[in-house]
Amino acid sequence: MNRFAQLLDRLAYEPSRNAKLRLLTDYFGSVADPDRGYALAAITGALSFRHAKAGIIRALIAERTDPMLFELSYDYVGDLSETVALMWPVIPPPPARSVPSPACGGGISAPTLTSVVTTLAALGKSELPAQLAAWLDALNETGRWALLKLVTGALRIGVSARLAKTAVAALGDKEPDEIELVWPGLVPPYTELFAWLEGRAEKPITRDPAPFRPVMLSHAIEESDFASLDPADFVAEWKWDGIRVQAVAGEADGKRVTRLYSRTGEDISGAFPDLTDALDFEGAIDGELLILREGRVQSFNVLQQRLNRKTVNAKLLAEFPAHLRAYDLLVDGADDLREQPFAARRTRLEALIAKLAEPRIDISPLVPFAIWADLTAPRADPASAGAGADAGAVEGVMLKRRDAAYLPGRPKGLWWKWKRDPHVVDAVLMYAQRGHGKRSSFYSDYTFGVWTAGENGDELVPVGKAYFGFTDEELAQIDKFVRNNTVNRFGPVREVTHEADKGLVLEVAFEGLQRSTRHKSGVAMRFPRISRLRWDKPPREADRLETLEKVLNGRALGSVQPSPLEGEGGERSEPGEGSL
Amino acid sequence: MTYLKAMRPEDLLKPMPGGLCSPVGGFHVDPTRAVDKALITHGHSDHARPGHGAVLATQETLDLMRLRYGENFAGTTQAIRYGETLRLGGAEVTFHPAGHVLGSAQICVEAGGTRVVASGDYKDVADPTCVAFELVKCDAFITEATFGLPVFRHGDPNAEIGKLLRSVALFPERAHLVGAYSLGKAQRVIAMIRAAGYDAPIYLHGAMETITRYYVSRGINLGELRAVRDASKAELAGTIALCPPSALQDRWTRRFPDPVSAFASGWMRVRARARQRGVELPLVISDHADWDGLTATVAVTGASQIWVTHGAEEALVHWCTLRGLEARPLGLVGYGEEDETPDGDVSDGSEANTGGLPLPSGER
Repeated sequence: MNRFAQLLDRLAYEPSRNAKLRLLTDYFGSVADPDRGYALAAITGALSFRHAKAGIIRALIAERTDPMLFELSYDYVGDLSETVALMWPVIPPPPARSVPSPACGGGISAPTLTSVVTTLAALGKSELPAQLAAWLDALNETGRWALLKLVTGALRIGVSARLAKTAVAALGDKEPDEIELVWPGLVPPYTELFAWLEGRAEKPITRDPAPFRPVMLSHAIEESDFASLDPADFVAEWKWDGIRVQAVAGEADGKRVTRLYSRTGEDISGAFPDLTDALDFEGAIDGELLILREGRVQSFNVLQQRLNRKTVNAKLLAEFPAHLRAYDLLVDGADDLREQPFAARRTRLEALIAKLAEPRIDISPLVPFAIWADLTAPRADPASAGAGADAGAVEGVMLKRRDAAYLPGRPKGLWWKWKRDPHVVDAVLMYAQRGHGKRSSFYSDYTFGVWTAGENGDELVPVGKAYFGFTDEELAQIDKFVRNNTVNRFGPVREVTHEADKGLVLEVAFEGLQRSTRHKSGVAMRFPRISRLRWDKPPREADRLETLEKVLNGRALGSVQPSPLEGEGGERSEPGEGSL
Repeated sequence: MTYLKAMRPEDLLKPMPGGLCSPVGGFHVDPTRAVDKALITHGHSDHARPGHGAVLATQETLDLMRLRYGENFAGTTQAIRYGETLRLGGAEVTFHPAGHVLGSAQICVEAGGTRVVASGDYKDVADPTCVAFELVKCDAFITEATFGLPVFRHGDPNAEIGKLLRSVALFPERAHLVGAYSLGKAQRVIAMIRAAGYDAPIYLHGAMETITRYYVSRGINLGELRAVRDASKAELAGTIALCPPSALQDRWTRRFPDPVSAFASGWMRVRARARQRGVELPLVISDHADWDGLTATVAVTGASQIWVTHGAEEALVHWCTLRGLEARPLGLVGYGEEDETPDGDVSDGSEANTGGLPLPSGER
């Protein structure tokens, strides 16, 4: 338990993805079975035992501490598990000492993670408090904290299942997708997985009738790429602003199995029973998860309202009906189509969708074009180019080589995404906040505003916050500007000069706008980033709120907000890890 | 003149606006404003201030004050050894080791058969850089309560050093930057790193060089020390460097390759405090007694009156009351954590928001 506790403790503070990976791989590589397997299960959310309620923990501490001392402590720390972990009385109480306290309390040996997990799985409800108390007596501060996080089911250490699998994959120099492939057939503590990764055993065989297949991803196309590409080799289709999914259906022992996977291979079937029930075929479809109301695709914002729910009830299913818009067919019945060219797969897909005749599943239409310039209009105005009323959910177009096989990962040159041009607005820097990790000595998070009529003439109203888009050199320049033009300090935040003729104008690019009651300006930007520094422009010439409101009332907007269902390094652009 | 009647503790030491004052002895202990006669427990800037007429302290404390404030930090100075007793006015004073930092002392004031101990800051755990805390039996004990809440359990400091060294091994391309108060904590951390078997050079921020050299001159072996300013970025990969806590977020850190920011402090026990500071590697290492240390010490002094100062006084007073001890908060102002603003060259003056930790729950 102590090694696991140390790992969680370190991960909880570590901001960098790469450093988290290193810590995880180090743990999985140096801790023995079955402890490491249960740790993997805990981090990937694969453990199932009845979680302890806060009430049990409160009762345990109440039996052992003075109520006023507990209240003062809880008030100070602010987190119940942490407060209890820290003030749990050590038995026997330590004497006045000149020696360091032992690593675990009481001289009882600390439980292993394995014994905690296996005991919890078998424990009756009434036995839990006494067992918890015994473990708490035997652990040190960090161990108690980790135990309480584990038993309450609230690890919250900023590590996704995908990241943990990536770390495990690194043990055997494997790609994380290879882990995803075998994962559905595995159960904690994953000894056969570790054995394979360490070269001590064969690859575990998946007998899953509805397994995940690694997804094919695209590259963003640059102006310079077109020169080497022949339009005749490509087809174009809409890029829908939903969640990329893989819908898989199969049969085992006479039972139908249907699953919906995120593009990183996480099983998200539980959240979409309406869609999994509709998967009445055998095979694997690559497509986009959307919300359709009266036949019309809803914005990503609407989809997100369904994604963020913990429980799926009838009302949610009725209000946010899930829909699959198919892009590709990986497996059709017994035929694995992935080696075949796109055009052939497309023909099979069209036939399958037609045969299905399922209102929840349709095919994503192709966008006809002869030369690249023909795609300018569809990108600028999808509605008039065939997307019709669904244009609001179009992010751009995808270009796919007709002869391309379906390859895992992000192969070069086969699939390209060509997004719609972002909106840009000139805004004035108002506040700057220190970053984290590598950026902790830089003011790197910027709040910016545009002009609006106030009680005493024009004033700036904040419309968004951005923390990437600039180069390292630009970051250093803005940082210097912030330090030299600070007018107020609020902890890690600085207010900078923002007057009509003194201040810094930032060109901000964004994907869309939403009305917002949370912001004073009444609008919230999606995916804003700094596209240019306008040292040449006086703040008085920055844009006005009315300009943004026009955008709001104009074309319906796409979105690129990250969603919990999407893994790292995905198709949606994200702040880069490599730069500062 | 002799007192036949036993004196009350308040006659020996009482809280005044300028700090603890001894009516019978005619001196102050750790005064926060300039006074004629000052007895100083230790060299931290909230206890040892310049400008007093006469200062009585251990030789180390006097030396540290001189290093920090210059030759003329006081009118006259007098050094006193641990265990040595001096008569001041109607009182006898004795200095005893407090185990806090080099030269730190508890000051025992005795008159008319009554004994009051002003402990200053203290800790009851081992520290290779200073003399261990000595228990002094007394009638009234003045205790600090910096970590006066039951959640402050400092644990094993060597385990924290182990955590640091494991991280150094795991991230050999990064520098590990350890924030530590420049008097006491920094040297203790270095000594503990050495005791753990790490013998590569350790790098120092300019603000801690003078005091660290002084520790070395007092016979404390800290191994090979180098100045950060003399090292290139590439040289600093895989190294450990110490700096004042306020430098952790300073532009100064940009000279290190992808630094891991660590902070050695008792405050690191509480996660929200570590996160607030953007610390990646919190090291729970404190030069103050933790809750168990405070309560254990208070119990064994034999004192029937406990006066509690600077820190979370409420909880410790409540604990004393539960134990049937007479306790009260002193309500002295001007003490706290050693000033985090570094002494020297860290800042270009633009870093005014890196001051002390904001305290929740209405402390200070």
